[in-house]
Amino acid sequence: MSSASPSRAVTGSGRHLRNPRLIEAAVIPLAALLAAVILFSVFLLALGKSPVTFFSLVWTGGFSSWFSIQNALQRAAPLILTGLAFAIPARIGLTLLGAEGALVLGGFTAAVVAIPFLGMLPAPLIMLVMVLSAVIIGALWVGLAGWLKHYRGVNETISSLLLTYIAIAIVSFLIEGPFRDPRSANKPSTLPLGPDLRVGEIWGTSVHWGLAAGLVLAVVLWVLMERTSFGFAARMTGGNLRAAQGQGLPVGRLMIACCAIAGACAGLAGFFEMAAIHGQANASLAAGYGFTGILVAFLARQNGLAVVPVAILFGALDASGGLLQRRMEMPDATMLVLQGMIFIVLLVSDTFYGRLPFLDYNRSGDRT
Amino acid sequence: MTQAELMIVVYALIGGAIRVSTPFLFVALGECLTEKSGRINLGLEGSLILGAMVGYATSFQSGSPWVGVLAAGIAGTCMGAAHGWICKLPKVNDIAVGLAFMSLGTGLAFFFGKPYIQPSAPRLESLPLGGWSQNPQVQQALQVNPLFFVGIALAIAMWWMLANTRAGLTVRMVGDSAASARAMGVSVDLVRLLATAAGGFMAGVGGAFLSLSYPGSWSEGLSSGQGLMAVALVIFSRWNPLRCVLAALLFGAAGALGPALQSIGISYGYHFFNAAPYILTLGIMIASSRSKSAAAEAPRELSIVK
Repeated sequence: MSSASPSRAVTGSGRHLRNPRLIEAAVIPLAALLAAVILFSVFLLALGKSPVTFFSLVWTGGFSSWFSIQNALQRAAPLILTGLAFAIPARIGLTLLGAEGALVLGGFTAAVVAIPFLGMLPAPLIMLVMVLSAVIIGALWVGLAGWLKHYRGVNETISSLLLTYIAIAIVSFLIEGPFRDPRSANKPSTLPLGPDLRVGEIWGTSVHWGLAAGLVLAVVLWVLMERTSFGFAARMTGGNLRAAQGQGLPVGRLMIACCAIAGACAGLAGFFEMAAIHGQANASLAAGYGFTGILVAFLARQNGLAVVPVAILFGALDASGGLLQRRMEMPDATMLVLQGMIFIVLLVSDTFYGRLPFLDYNRSGDRT
Repeated sequence: MTQAELMIVVYALIGGAIRVSTPFLFVALGECLTEKSGRINLGLEGSLILGAMVGYATSFQSGSPWVGVLAAGIAGTCMGAAHGWICKLPKVNDIAVGLAFMSLGTGLAFFFGKPYIQPSAPRLESLPLGGWSQNPQVQQALQVNPLFFVGIALAIAMWWMLANTRAGLTVRMVGDSAASARAMGVSVDLVRLLATAAGGFMAGVGGAFLSLSYPGSWSEGLSSGQGLMAVALVIFSRWNPLRCVLAALLFGAAGALGPALQSIGISYGYHFFNAAPYILTLGIMIASSRSKSAAAEAPRELSIVK
């Protein structure tokens, strides 16, 4: 299909197609996004709604003003972390659905671990304990799925999903039972945090610090996966498990470490959702950020840096949901339909990697 | 706990196991057939929820719950067929496609299901099989929906067909070795497409049971992941439709534990008992993961057991 013709090497068009892998990594997801938008427009037209109104409202609700941009960024913050929670284990070949459970567990743990220290320690120290406990419980919970995968051969996709259900059930049991604040009559919740234990806003904005944490972690984890020997070993394991074992890499420890990093990210997202948005742990923590993060990671092609813009895009979609409900009288499930369509079109687009007719794959140089 | 209370729990557990197990049974049989052909469909959860909504809406509009069951099956078939068609494209990951169909099916069901949350549709009538007993708890427990028996008949028919018919042999061959199926001139993609679509039909019917019999109304929190647990359930029953019946009953009993204890006033830990089926699944997967006989019975083309 792609025989390299010598003449193309010296023409201008040949020079632009230096690295086909990079080009397709940008072109295919964008084309898939466009195709999903077209598909969704057809869906709207079939229902007698205007796609133009829909997407202009998404623009208004997500990007048009400083207020809406802040709203989008606020919602993007947990998505960056849960997107990373899917992307990191995906690099080592694991499909993990445990982020939602780790998020809920992390938020709950952070809310209740503060209680015994109230008044005994200064607020910043308590906050440190809260962050650490959320991160550690998340890492242990999802790390368990990695441990089961390596040492017991249990499929990690199903075990992590079951762990999510178990985590949500245990947390609702604890919130309605022993840790319930008696004043929360209608909606069982834990004790609300005092103002000194709430996560504040980044200076000059109304966006909480979870966004900054997400950005820093995205960069740190990108460096870890792309520029360190740990990341190299993990990616090699993901590429070919047998070869990695043959080279004597500690495959099991790498897998558990990747799962633990994922759980730590999701637990941190739970901490910020609890301490910055809700102020106490209740059923609102299971808002589906863990599952949307899967889609974010797929659209970002499991690249830690690309997770950030994709998460902001989905944050904007999420932020415009209320506006769409009011102006177009569409149910909140509209966003679920759009997300499902994007997800499916995106996966179909996987079939085009290495087969784009206008790219010259033999010129890619180091890789073919 | 007195003996009378214990009997109440036992009856509630038996009745609950039959009721809760029916959707498990249908979705597990659907997953079993799909996996026998060598493909895994995590999107049955989406087919189940969409089937629940479509079944309820059709029953409400047409006045006949059985038309609703059929419509639910058709909705599930469409989802399954779409999954089967996408998965035959090269380089596409069937697990991820399943997740995508799970979110699309849920989204479509919630989107179109909004107007049906309030109205009351005609339900599937249950058969009162407890008439021989004077005990109201026994009568209550043995209110069995005809779909439960349809499910058992389907399991037996599927087991017989897989073992004894040409169609069953073809499905098993495609699932065990795509290469030999191709050598025999069988279209692997077509067989998998049909198996996935049929699996989607069964999941849709299972969803219709949720909205038309027990719990018996359409709401957004209707499914508690039955479609996903079906994958684990099929592994537990080692790809045997008859064992799927036993596994579904076991899961039904685990799911009925919380409500059964609540019926005698033990509501403490209700949510904890809700976790019982998930903990059971995880335990079973850990116990059977290294089992040699389980590995021998798995379809060899299946991505999750490779």
